[in-house]
Amino acid sequence: MFQNLKNAVIAAAMAGIIIAPVFGLQILRRGMETYLQPEWDYILGGMAIIFVFQLLRPLLARRKRAGESRWRLPAISDKGRQRAIMVLVLFALVWPFFTGRAQVDIATLVLIYVMLGLGLNIVVGFAGLLDLGFVGFYAVGAYTYALLYHWAGWGFWEALPLAGLMSAFFGFILGFPVLRLRGDYLAIVTLGFGEIIRLMLINLYGLTGGPDGISGIPKPSFFGYQLVRRSTDGSPTFHEMMGWTFSSQDVVIYLYLMALCLALVTLFVSSRVIRMPIGRAWEALREDEIACRSLGLNPTTIKLSAFTMGAMFAGFGGAFFAARQGLVNPESFTFIESALILAIVVLGGMGSQVGVILAAILLTVVPEIAREFAEYRMLIFGLVMVVMMIWRPQGLLPVKRPHVELES
Amino acid sequence: MSEALLKVSGLTMRFGGLLAVDQVDFEVRKDEVFAIIGPNGAGKTTVFNCVGGFYKPTTGDILMDGQTITGEPSHKVARHGLVRTFQNVRLFKNLTVLENLLVAQHTQMQTGLLHGLLKVPSFRKSESDAKRRAAEWLDFMGIRQYANREAGNLAYGHQRRLEIARCMITKPRLLMLDEPAAGLNPQEKRDLQALIDQLRREFGVAVLLIEHDMSLVMGVSDRILVMEHGKPITTGLPEEVRTDPRVIKAYLGE
Repeated sequence: MFQNLKNAVIAAAMAGIIIAPVFGLQILRRGMETYLQPEWDYILGGMAIIFVFQLLRPLLARRKRAGESRWRLPAISDKGRQRAIMVLVLFALVWPFFTGRAQVDIATLVLIYVMLGLGLNIVVGFAGLLDLGFVGFYAVGAYTYALLYHWAGWGFWEALPLAGLMSAFFGFILGFPVLRLRGDYLAIVTLGFGEIIRLMLINLYGLTGGPDGISGIPKPSFFGYQLVRRSTDGSPTFHEMMGWTFSSQDVVIYLYLMALCLALVTLFVSSRVIRMPIGRAWEALREDEIACRSLGLNPTTIKLSAFTMGAMFAGFGGAFFAARQGLVNPESFTFIESALILAIVVLGGMGSQVGVILAAILLTVVPEIAREFAEYRMLIFGLVMVVMMIWRPQGLLPVKRPHVELES
Repeated sequence: MSEALLKVSGLTMRFGGLLAVDQVDFEVRKDEVFAIIGPNGAGKTTVFNCVGGFYKPTTGDILMDGQTITGEPSHKVARHGLVRTFQNVRLFKNLTVLENLLVAQHTQMQTGLLHGLLKVPSFRKSESDAKRRAAEWLDFMGIRQYANREAGNLAYGHQRRLEIARCMITKPRLLMLDEPAAGLNPQEKRDLQALIDQLRREFGVAVLLIEHDMSLVMGVSDRILVMEHGKPITTGLPEEVRTDPRVIKAYLGE
């Protein structure tokens, strides 16, 4: 008991030290003077909560051990996964027709992150390569379309494959020298790469417009018909062809459905690939590189294939992002974006596609709903990650790996 | 007498100031079981690592079927038909037993990305062939009933057998076993001896063996190389080696 009390006092004191600079040093300005006004209520309140919690924690832990009632989501099975994906897809299909413009807009954003999350999942989840510069490939994709439009007048559909290819190419170029590195070293190099791309975009003023970026990027057309009120070159627009009146809501829905298509393609490819020899090789390499080499598998090419494929999906996502925003600038491709995508993968459960989708929804929608807490966004974000790592390091929805079964 | 499959000459490996392997010569003939023995720290595993491409030897030549493979990276060495097991089993523990054997066939089944995405018949066929071969090896090793279990959950003896199966499924010409009997019980050791004999007889594979268990070595080997402190002491038939005073001295001291 005394031990508990001692722990609680120490914890409360630590909490006090941590909270004090946040609430204790409120800078107030009155007229010409600036002074600090400590808010002792908050600090003491926080310390009291920690104290009580620490005091009761052993009791709670004992209760929990007795009942073994730790909250636990079961890992979902192969069939469960298929069903969950079916439900999600159906839900996504009807979504735009029952909700308003803002909701569809957010859902489009979610789908971009689903695409990015699934792409990074190939690199981090399947192949086990920690990539902190994923946003670099996203930027390459976005700028590929933006630049092709700006300098050559290309449309979205012509630019999309090239954006994917370009990102894949960058993935290949980066991957070749760095994939001999392992773990932390790889993470640092990729982190640097993401930043280099961003700095290049800022500094290549003549080509990319520097910090101003490129604007006026057109939305995707529908089989050659533009989706605008009045077409730029006099050709019939989509609504004229269909005999509809123009509504900007329709454009939003169209964009949403396109994002859905791209996300579904990403989902399909990544869930097929993991059941193919190359996917098995990724997993084997993640488990034991030396054993792989002893069996004749070339680690460099196998890692490179994962890296390149992940980058390609980031490129597709980037091109779509550019089309949707109509504007790209380097601000959209900061490290925090990489961190967010990685958080989606980790939160969802590495290698788990349903988990990644759910995490993408969670991490995009919650900040939108809780706009009034925007200041605390990163704080909550950090808290969630810490709690996750303690209680569920395997992610929200870990899946049993899709096995090939041997029928007897 | 059949010709040499693997020929190692003047192999020397130096780690900084430590001479781990010093001027080792030996050759393994086709369908021969060749053992390397010696006290701990004699440099046996270092020889293995040099031959398998995990270390780049300081000097010396390694020829596989007349082709130089000295200093080639391990995955290329493996493609010359030279695969190995490890002293402490290295399975893909979170993959199933079956998947371990499928991964091992990776280099034999290059299917195109598009074929796999669309599940075209040729892809299905290559997958089912791979599964069939894996099933055959699981039957051969007597671990078929564990096919869908995670490899890390197998009993230790079964893990050893799976590791050998994983090598054999790559159709090697030379199988290198690094202390395959370590951690096995007497019955499993007898099974292992029978297995090595059978592999050689039925699949014509040569075996290069490192082992401490003398009854296994003496029972299964055609010729034995004895090493001490990185140097070869003698090479000969099991009876010769057993009675060689230098070998007895190396093991028991003066």
